[in-house]
Amino acid sequence: MSYKINDITFYFENNKVINNLSITLEKGKFFGIIGPNGCGKTTFLDLLLRHLSPATGSIAFMGKDLKKYSKKELSKKIALVPQNYYINFPFKVKEIVLMGRYPHISRFNSPSEKDYNIVNDVMQKTGTYKFKDQHITKLSGGERQRVVFARSLAQDTPVLILDEATSNLDINYTFNLLNIAKQSVIQSNKTIIAVFQDINLASFYCDYLIFMSQGNIVFHGTVDKVLTAHTIKSVFFVNSKVYYDSYSDSKHVVYKAK
Amino acid sequence: MKALFVKFKLFQKWLRNSFKIQLLALIFILSGAIFVSVSMGYVKIPCGEIIKILLYKISGEAFFIKDINDLFSGIVLDVRLPRILTAAIVGSGLALSGVVFQGILLNPLADPYTLGVSSGAAFGASLALFFNFDFCGVYSVSFFAFLGAVLTLVFVLFLSFSGKASLDNQFSSNNLILSGIIVTAILSAGINFLKFMADEQVSVIIFWLMGSFNSKTWTDVLLTLVFVCTGFLIFLFYAMDLNLMSLGNKMASSLGVDTKKTPFILLVASSLVTAVCVSVSGIIGFVGLLVPHMMRSVTGPDNKKLIPVSMLAGAILLLCADTITRAFLPVEVPIGVITALIGGPFFCYIFKKKQNKLN
Repeated sequence: MSYKINDITFYFENNKVINNLSITLEKGKFFGIIGPNGCGKTTFLDLLLRHLSPATGSIAFMGKDLKKYSKKELSKKIALVPQNYYINFPFKVKEIVLMGRYPHISRFNSPSEKDYNIVNDVMQKTGTYKFKDQHITKLSGGERQRVVFARSLAQDTPVLILDEATSNLDINYTFNLLNIAKQSVIQSNKTIIAVFQDINLASFYCDYLIFMSQGNIVFHGTVDKVLTAHTIKSVFFVNSKVYYDSYSDSKHVVYKAK
Repeated sequence: MKALFVKFKLFQKWLRNSFKIQLLALIFILSGAIFVSVSMGYVKIPCGEIIKILLYKISGEAFFIKDINDLFSGIVLDVRLPRILTAAIVGSGLALSGVVFQGILLNPLADPYTLGVSSGAAFGASLALFFNFDFCGVYSVSFFAFLGAVLTLVFVLFLSFSGKASLDNQFSSNNLILSGIIVTAILSAGINFLKFMADEQVSVIIFWLMGSFNSKTWTDVLLTLVFVCTGFLIFLFYAMDLNLMSLGNKMASSLGVDTKKTPFILLVASSLVTAVCVSVSGIIGFVGLLVPHMMRSVTGPDNKKLIPVSMLAGAILLLCADTITRAFLPVEVPIGVITALIGGPFFCYIFKKKQNKLN
């Protein structure tokens, strides 16, 4: 079990952003979080990362209270690909990816042969190897996102959190990165928790879907069970048709704009 | 000719990629600069004699100085060396603080004075000069400058601190910069008022504000050395965290950086280093801004390399500037003026060249 979340709440100023939320996230699954803008998805992820702490309730992570972990321990267990970021200094791409190894390198040591091998390996896999010597500040948004994704893979953690990690990517690289993610779930039993805007993409990759609305989880379960026109209507107030698509071999949503 | 050019380019590339060579070269230049600088001045002292005087000092054997003018050893040991070493140490301290400030505030425009430490020191010094405080003897002005700098730092941190565990860390870079600007503005007005009120003292205040290494002693050397060395070790210890912090708070935090404690420690440490430098030497601009920029274009932004290299380069730069004003110019111009006059245009040149390269 990765996370066991028990009745947590969180306030921003005096607004309740997370409202008595409970859920158990099992190990080795691909979770997709879906919900309207401002429903608390990113805050939820911040709580999972311990970037924020809940006002009430508890989060157990891998059988231990999340608060009990040291920062360093946590950075070896959870990696993040954030929604947006800006890097001010002209680091080279390979240096950024190498930063994913920092949690594994002690303060006064240099990166080992193994660290460099992992870095090269993830750069090959994510198609960032060809601009490894370029400055991060000169790359396009999509290229930068791939670099940051590579960095999170280099971190080599059992849990990977993606906050709309493919929002800037073309469809080819979206599949490329999500395939890598999916593979790591199947082969190395990783847990992936990802926020999606594109419900069809989520349906294609995820094992479980979590629908959030107004700081709480309103529906969750396997894609087959939970992805219905009724769910989408009650979360997004949009009319849709959900059907099994044989070409993509997954459940598919089409919408009707009013 | 073309082959030579290609070779030169290769040499440049090699130099750029080899951190150890850069470090050795800088150490070599620094020690050379110290020697040359000691020998230069109103009284020229040959390098051979300097070595003999130093050997005498280290070994205590009178044999080394048996045919050397007494005046020489006095000039070298009591006048020039302390001054030169203070200049070098202050230069490295300012450059180090510059690197750290730019790293934490995520802003390449930041310098050691961004948080108002310099204006705090200036106000403290002006007060001491204005009221003729002298209960710490010759160090009264320095003491008040340091006090002013520390109080300003505390106030700026207090002003920009947001107690809530917000999404970012507790000190947002914008808050810090803004608080620094406000406090600097208030203190500058205070300094101007003191200058206005001080009739005859005004030239003393102005001269102090523009910075000088005149009549520095071994106490100054020791004091700055202790602070700058401690600072250097702290900065080096947190070099990796500083790298990670340039990815933004959230990412740094997820990569194991304590985004509440680490920036605070680094801010306080670098401000204290700056405070000591300023209180010993007055306000010397541009070193803390210029050196990190110059060195970043040589080593890249990796703080593990940038910190030691900037430290050495800062020492060389300020030492050279001090030697120019001490030994070359007919009148001793305040060193703050020299660094701004040489550093400013040089900075413009690098900046413009960088812009052209981008287009």
